[in-house]
Amino acid sequence: MTTALSIRDLRKVYGNGFEALKGVSFDVEPGDFMALLGPNGAGKSTTLGVVSSLVNKSSGTVSVFGHDLDSDPVGVKRHLGVVPQEFNFNQFEKVEHILITQAGYYGIPAAQAKERAEHYLRQLGLWEKRDTPSRMLSGGMKRRLMIARALMHEPRLLILDEPTAGVDIELRRSMWAFLQDLNAKGTTIILTTHYLEEAESLCRNIAIIDHGQIVQNTSMRDLLAQLNTETFLLDIQPPQTATPELDGYNARLDSAQLLEVDVEKGQGLNDLFQQLQAQQVNVTSMRNKANRLEELFVSLVEKNLSEKEPA
Amino acid sequence: MNSQQLFVAFWTILVREIRRFTRIWAQTLLPPAITITLYYIIFGNLIGSRIGEMGGFNYMEYIVPGLIMMSVITNSYSNVVSSFYSSKFQHNIEELLVSPVPNWVILAGYVFGGVARGLMIGVIVTLLSLFFTDLQVHHLGVTVLVVLLTAILFSLGGFINAIFAQSFDDVSIVPTFVLTPLTYLGGVFYSINLLPEFWQNVSLLNPILYMVNTFRYGILGVSDISIGFALTAIVVFIGLLSAWALHLLKTGKGLRS
Repeated sequence: MTTALSIRDLRKVYGNGFEALKGVSFDVEPGDFMALLGPNGAGKSTTLGVVSSLVNKSSGTVSVFGHDLDSDPVGVKRHLGVVPQEFNFNQFEKVEHILITQAGYYGIPAAQAKERAEHYLRQLGLWEKRDTPSRMLSGGMKRRLMIARALMHEPRLLILDEPTAGVDIELRRSMWAFLQDLNAKGTTIILTTHYLEEAESLCRNIAIIDHGQIVQNTSMRDLLAQLNTETFLLDIQPPQTATPELDGYNARLDSAQLLEVDVEKGQGLNDLFQQLQAQQVNVTSMRNKANRLEELFVSLVEKNLSEKEPA
Repeated sequence: MNSQQLFVAFWTILVREIRRFTRIWAQTLLPPAITITLYYIIFGNLIGSRIGEMGGFNYMEYIVPGLIMMSVITNSYSNVVSSFYSSKFQHNIEELLVSPVPNWVILAGYVFGGVARGLMIGVIVTLLSLFFTDLQVHHLGVTVLVVLLTAILFSLGGFINAIFAQSFDDVSIVPTFVLTPLTYLGGVFYSINLLPEFWQNVSLLNPILYMVNTFRYGILGVSDISIGFALTAIVVFIGLLSAWALHLLKTGKGLRS
């Protein structure tokens, strides 16, 4: 089966000499839901900019469902939907006009475009706002409008660059459900986000880019399996003045009633509870300290940084 | 894209452009109507009645074609330069750049948007002129052809200006410092036959002179220059500016990093 997106040895040097991409290569299979993560300035937006024809590449190849960006850019664009990070619709146009106009750029006649616009506006909860100038929408509505706009030509590959930035948690979760449904119906999705919980919840595969290079490209499951240590926060009673002695565990007392414990993979929690019980310390509740992916992400990026620093 | 899809894309851009300048009619359609009416009253009626004949016509009849053409030129140019630069400024030009619309359709859509505004203003100021003079069209074909070609040419100019523009100041520099002087010195208000020979020759270097005079020929049947040469020159310049604009779109100048 043809890959949804294939990038080979992609390089980009900007006019000021800055080398944003240093040979990026990765594939995205059809039907995948992939996360492309990286710190600010790592090269995520440049990579997606090249794929969506907004950035001229210096060298390398990009193909979307078998259509090469150099020899068949129209084929690439027909299959690609882009939701950029910044709001980039006409602030003075009405919501419905924005969608119908976008469909027109793909050669979709107005009558058909109107039907699709209604479909996506209803799905994304914007139908009541169809005659509202886009600048009057809330931030969350603007994000949903950009998703609706990107879907008007029913692309097979959808690229979302931080689609939920600045969106409240309730709306974010409803957008997740919408995207998961879209993916289940066959649309391949590539997502960049700073909410690592979002990537962990939605994506099956992950690529991490740093300093213009891919430093990790694997399944979410395999990546999370690399995690050696998890940190738990335990609410304890009665209040303690010193950290309880815990043989085999690295523990810290954050406050009199909050204990932080590092648990290594395979170590288990039974022994921890038994040792606390023996010291008359009761655990009333417990939770993960941080998002697991976040820990891995930070360790991968830090490792990449330390490898680059001169000795 | 097949021919039907290409037409839909072109029509979409054109309709969007027309919707834009009609939505802000108080900024786009009303001011030229008021300005040109003032020209008719002050230069045509009040001052013109003391000037007498020019080129065998009374002064009002003489300046009406020039003022119509001046409106078409400035509005065609302004529409494209401000619309395309605003699209760059708001980044909604990216909607077009990520779509499969070929560059020549993007260019055609914007240019005919400019032509639409230029022609709409042309019609408005022509209708207004009927309050001040009887307008007889000497040669309808030449009149329509030259106004259309001129609107296309200056829309292309506006498009290229917008591609290079990096601020709203850059959008107004050419209209203020190039277009307006050339238009005023392009025979809108006078025949170059009134000038000394040296300045007549200098005036012949002004491209707007040829457009104004060709349009005046279409309306009144008099001209300071050769109509055939003028029409050929306009077509050649349209070809050159189109090629330049398409080259700029292809390289992504000012649009792609």
